Amino acid sequence: MIAALILLPLLLAPAAFAVPSDRLRPWLLPLAGSCHLALALMLIVSGESDTGVWLAADPLGRLVLVVSSLLFFGCSIYAVGYLSYRMDRGNRIIVPCLLVFLSAMTLATLARHLGLLWLAVETTTLASAPLIYYNRNRLSIEATWKYLLICSVGIALAMLGILFVAYAALHGGVPVSLQLDDLMARAGTFSRPWLHAGFVFLLVGFGAKMGLAPLHSWKPDAYGEAPGLVGALLAGGLTSVAFLAILRGMQIMAAAGDLALARQVLLGLGLLSLALAAVFMVRQPDIKRLLAYSSVEHMGILAIGVGIGGVATFGAMFHLVNNALTKGVLFLSVGNIQRAYSSKRLGEVQGAMARVPVSAGLFLAGFFAITGSPPFGPFLSEFTILRGIFDGGHDAVGGLFLLLLAVVFIGMGGTVLSVTQGAEPEGLPDSGYRESLLMVGPPLLFILLVLILGLYLPEPLRAFLQEAAGLLEVTP
Amino acid sequence: MHEVNNLLLLLVILLNFFTLGSARLGACIRAVAIQGAILSFLPVTVHGVNPHALFLSAGALALKGLFIPWLLFRAIREVRIRREVEPLIGYVPTLLLGALTTAGSFIFSDFLPLVEEHHGTLFIPTALATLFTGFLLLITRRKAITQVLGYLMLENGIFVFGILLSAAMPLMVEAGVLLDLLVAIFVMGIVLNHINREFSTLNTERLSALRE
Repeated sequence: MIAALILLPLLLAPAAFAVPSDRLRPWLLPLAGSCHLALALMLIVSGESDTGVWLAADPLGRLVLVVSSLLFFGCSIYAVGYLSYRMDRGNRIIVPCLLVFLSAMTLATLARHLGLLWLAVETTTLASAPLIYYNRNRLSIEATWKYLLICSVGIALAMLGILFVAYAALHGGVPVSLQLDDLMARAGTFSRPWLHAGFVFLLVGFGAKMGLAPLHSWKPDAYGEAPGLVGALLAGGLTSVAFLAILRGMQIMAAAGDLALARQVLLGLGLLSLALAAVFMVRQPDIKRLLAYSSVEHMGILAIGVGIGGVATFGAMFHLVNNALTKGVLFLSVGNIQRAYSSKRLGEVQGAMARVPVSAGLFLAGFFAITGSPPFGPFLSEFTILRGIFDGGHDAVGGLFLLLLAVVFIGMGGTVLSVTQGAEPEGLPDSGYRESLLMVGPPLLFILLVLILGLYLPEPLRAFLQEAAGLLEVTP
Repeated sequence: MHEVNNLLLLLVILLNFFTLGSARLGACIRAVAIQGAILSFLPVTVHGVNPHALFLSAGALALKGLFIPWLLFRAIREVRIRREVEPLIGYVPTLLLGALTTAGSFIFSDFLPLVEEHHGTLFIPTALATLFTGFLLLITRRKAITQVLGYLMLENGIFVFGILLSAAMPLMVEAGVLLDLLVAIFVMGIVLNHINREFSTLNTERLSALRE
């Protein structure tokens, strides 16, 4: 079943390239998305195979797998509607790339070998570059170039980190292997300086991919210029995968008994990301760039959650789910608004409630959800992280966390309200965009899920999250 | 074998400096290609003749020494550029910076705890120095194609370090890493072409519309 999850989208990609009709080709996406989601859910329910040497589904991997699969499913339905508006552009490149991207993300969540994990993450970079370049204009090429260069260099540093971890084993005098279980079993005898250096490089490298400050500078550009559905997949799916790669490093550090150090570094980077994002979100004139900074902010929150540990780790796992789904709502609804106005600049987009009522409503609801207002899911998860922070006695961190969240709320709120409320600008040409079920259904589904998660956390899901968080604690 | 390794690694360091100081793009590409080709002998000289090392050597020689340079030469022919004019920092300061980072790499590697058989070899300092040279190229040059060269050099540095550990890396993963490098350069080449078409230049300074 694990092999099927990876191979299904991979094999559909050349098939999609071979399909001659631009009208039929996008329908392969919902086909792949729904099959993938069904397989992923079956894998979770059956609890199959924990012990492959190369591939296996441990709780952390399953969590990220099911989140990205769900997100891709929604985006694949949206894509059918979106691509029908972009017939002029064609979709012979974007559809196969989306499928390869899904396959690479799946491989990364299931990999048990650091080399394989690296390979999968690097492949996601390469498969997503054409997605960001979809609009083929000057701005999108600039964004693609920055994305390719920063992420490739980041990933190269992560490779160096992996090699350092291997050298730590060599210096420790144990057989060298990059298989995760072997590494964790032998971590106690590793040479400390090499292991620490390796972890830092892993963190910086995969952190660049995840969008943690200070290597987040590609993010606003890429998310700003990519189509909404690509933004949703990057902000919800790819960042979670990169975060998983960092968590693998944490697992090794935990097995070596150095969890405290790893947590401190992560906490520092998380706070830095949160602070930088908050600064740039105030008075941000571009809606999509605003969402990109919001993504940086939430990566910071995830890092802080895991950096604190205990209850906060559970909160971070829960937040990973909430963040991915809410980012889906925001990017897809903003994509609709941008389509309706042919713009994403603040001055030109106003009164969206009158022009595209459903999308604007979804955008507003998504804003409340992502900033942690009850009754949505992120409120619960952020609250759990906060509880963990104060329980752990980090009062200063907790105060700063609350202050920055307030700044983000005010900064984002100003922009979102002026987009949705007010009167439409005079003399706006009709863009020919009409809201259709295909394009508002997926974000509607996501916001409903986020709402349900905020009201009621089912017991099996809670146990599942607990199990995933448990992997990041010290094993006695 | 010890002396052969050190000789090869010294050549790699010399090529670092050559690339930093050269103003002609063709010469830079050739230098990086020769560097890749020299590196591709190391797996065999370090680990002896065995299938794993032979595969790694052949793969690295084919990609780093031949195919990728060919792609880059084709790219500069298509976009008709020859000279890396006016780098952000002059050639002499870049060379000085290169010398500083190389010296730093040698000093730094003295402090690292090494396995017995790696004492007195040039592997770690060369890896670090090549890595930093790649960074320097990435940061100080304006042409997008020179940035690609910087990325390649960075990868070369990591490759040198990886040779010490190739026992840990299964063949499949190594093949995948090389393949990913190839595809990355390929994608970058396509983007280069589009940058040239949109802006009629390959200077990344023009790529500055997106900022706060």
